[in-house]
Amino acid sequence: MANHAVAANVYVPFLEKKGLLSWLLTTDHKRIGILYLVSISLFFLVAGAIALLMRFELLTPASDFVSPHTYNVLFTLHGSMMVFFFIVPGLAASFGNFLIPLMIGAPDVAFPKLNLGSYWIYLLGTVIVAIALLQPADTGWTFYTPYSATTDADVILITLGVFVLGFSSILTGMNFIVTIHKMRAPGMTWHRLPLFIWASYATAILQLLATPVVGITLLLLIAERSLGVGFFDPAKGGDPVLFQNFFWFYSHPAVYIMIIPAMGVISEIIPVFSKKPIFGYKAIAYSSLGIAFISFLVWAHHMFTAGISEVAATIFSFLTFLVAIPTAIKVFNWVATLYKGSIELHSAMLYALGFIFLFTIGGLTGVFLGALAADIHLHDTYFVVAHMHYVMIGGTVMGFFGAIHFWYPKWFGKMFNESVAKLSWFLIFVGFNVTFFPQFFLGIQGMPRRYATYPEEFESLMALSTYGSWLLGLGVLIMTVNLIKGLFSGEKAPQNPYGSLSLEWQIPSPPPLENFEEIPHVTDWTYGYGKKKEVDA
Amino acid sequence: MSEHSHSEEHHVTSYTTYFIVWIVLMILTATTVYVSYLDFGTFNIVIAMVVASIKAAAVALFFMHLKFEDKITWLFAIFPLGLLALLMGMTILDTFTRITP
Amino acid sequence: MEQANTEHSHGLHMDPQVEYSSSKLGMWLFLGTEIMLFGGLFAAYAIFRAKYPEMFLEQHQELNREMGAINTCILIFSSLTMAIAVSAIQKGKRMLSSILILVTIVCGLGFGVVKYFEYGAKFAHHIYPDTSIFFSLYFMMTGLHMLHVFVGLLILGVLMVLTWKGKFNEKYSTPVELGGLYWHLVDLIWIYLFPLLYLVG
Repeated sequence: MANHAVAANVYVPFLEKKGLLSWLLTTDHKRIGILYLVSISLFFLVAGAIALLMRFELLTPASDFVSPHTYNVLFTLHGSMMVFFFIVPGLAASFGNFLIPLMIGAPDVAFPKLNLGSYWIYLLGTVIVAIALLQPADTGWTFYTPYSATTDADVILITLGVFVLGFSSILTGMNFIVTIHKMRAPGMTWHRLPLFIWASYATAILQLLATPVVGITLLLLIAERSLGVGFFDPAKGGDPVLFQNFFWFYSHPAVYIMIIPAMGVISEIIPVFSKKPIFGYKAIAYSSLGIAFISFLVWAHHMFTAGISEVAATIFSFLTFLVAIPTAIKVFNWVATLYKGSIELHSAMLYALGFIFLFTIGGLTGVFLGALAADIHLHDTYFVVAHMHYVMIGGTVMGFFGAIHFWYPKWFGKMFNESVAKLSWFLIFVGFNVTFFPQFFLGIQGMPRRYATYPEEFESLMALSTYGSWLLGLGVLIMTVNLIKGLFSGEKAPQNPYGSLSLEWQIPSPPPLENFEEIPHVTDWTYGYGKKKEVDA
Repeated sequence: MSEHSHSEEHHVTSYTTYFIVWIVLMILTATTVYVSYLDFGTFNIVIAMVVASIKAAAVALFFMHLKFEDKITWLFAIFPLGLLALLMGMTILDTFTRITP
Repeated sequence: MEQANTEHSHGLHMDPQVEYSSSKLGMWLFLGTEIMLFGGLFAAYAIFRAKYPEMFLEQHQELNREMGAINTCILIFSSLTMAIAVSAIQKGKRMLSSILILVTIVCGLGFGVVKYFEYGAKFAHHIYPDTSIFFSLYFMMTGLHMLHVFVGLLILGVLMVLTWKGKFNEKYSTPVELGGLYWHLVDLIWIYLFPLLYLVG
């Protein structure tokens, strides 16, 4: 099979070609992943800085740092940027792009040019939202009517930007579904696929089918503001809660778009650093699909106090409990994988372990909120804020940072300073908990969310939360500096520093332009760790 | 290699088949317009939707070739319809079980 | 045979059969998103019709049933011509195919002309999107549909030119098929819009 042409093939790392155009016009999924990674990370840092500003205001009960209106603009910006610029594209657009073709043994995604198009549409969306900042919205990232339909701010432009971003998400989802169906290497059956691929597939379905609904919802909001259409206006016979129903039909699956890829990452990291096969492969694989499916059934649990009927509320509360089942299945299987494993506490593993712990807290508190009676008291309080940040930071961001630390040598061909990485993890972990754990108590005591001022009795917990945010910010800063430094002065990375069995680790670091010199023929699943020992015994 | 069914490999539908489907569509359109001038009360909308669905199925199966596509395509063609039914069903349930003063 | 030429642009050497089935699957997935997009409007229709049945019964009479029926026939006919156009190019009949795509485009334009007169008549009677919930739905649903017709005409225009120039043949006609799928979706949506808006009771 090997002929002169192949033998004479020189390894050209995909990062070889330089120049701005080689990046802006690339159709290489590995480069497109970097484009997304850099963009979402930048927006993450900006939106995070905005959060630090918010927490600084909340150091004292009075609105002395910023006015209440400015505070409202800040949390709208923080939410919109975090949700639409960072976390929804998030792991899917960055690591999904990089890893999916590599893990399935393909030269690229199904539609590489469309992939580049997705990225450019994403950028366009962020530009449109940036322009909307000239008359910034203070509606919250949820744009509820009637306020969003009547306020002076440039709601049309910001929602148009979100609409465009949604389009990018849809196209990426479509690309990944087709790629996973049609471009797996010979022998790569569904049950040999890495769990990150199962997770990416489930996520892609949500991106594809849920996003258009928020698309039409925002179009209707724009129509309400510009044409006087009245679907959400009671004076015209409409219903403001209808907006919420449509909005959350997308936005609930959206939170699973945020978390499922991170769960996929955890499933990849844990077996490698436990030197054990993943426990319950099929259960974890199918639980991703199960979570995605159930996520479509529960949206109105965001609306228990909005004025929906008690019948509907009861049904949605019951359905919400169901999603805990596939989620818990994952947690049990991860822990079972760790059990009697040969644990190595690499920084990536620390993030994975942190995920399991923090996401469990976040997930469980979600169940509390899903209980209708409890939610009547807790809705729109800091309890919700704490819950969502435990799942989004404790969950997705831990997964994101873990993924960066795990695949960094593969993607960039360099090593970062592992000791500093461990230190930054520690600061982030402690800082995060100090910031958000007190917020559970604030919520139970009745502190409402999205308020710039608050009663004196909440000051000590609020101040503690702010101090935590500083620690968290410091940790993120040190982590970022460490990772960037590694790109320039880090050691050259070996092909497979952690002894992983997945396909992407069987090619050089960084991968060659065409990924695989020859498309591999797969004969076994990805998690056969420790097998050799069993054979010898 | 990854899956691909041989059955859909360039199956070319005959012009005759298309003409027949078109005739059927025209007949159904005439029917539904005719029925709309009669009064069946609430049944009017039911009949209209049933006829529309038959027409839609004809377009999807033959004009769009769905009859000859693989299972995955079928799945992704049908699943959104289920999601829509869910969205419609639950929002209607909510709206009409509210207790308003 | 599996070559990995590092010199040319990151080109994907996909097996033509895989590329064909991938493109079709991709298009069907996209059509699924369009169903979800319009689905929101259909859901809104269902809710408001259940809430205000008399409004729908009364106000739909302002709509011209005959014009709606004509438009339905135009679109269904255009689906026929497009379907035959696809079969034609799959048989290598370049000329026939491009002419049929042209006929499809003309039908689409005809649809647009009819809608132009319809909207004109509404505005002349002071009926606008904000006149009532029923007319909000009417304008939003037919408006979004018309937008899709427009985009479809652009796509078909490009396909017609490329087919005429001989870019497609019996071995490769995927873009024409995909364009056809999109156009049929436009027809499909109208098949539901027509009875819901024009044939209410």
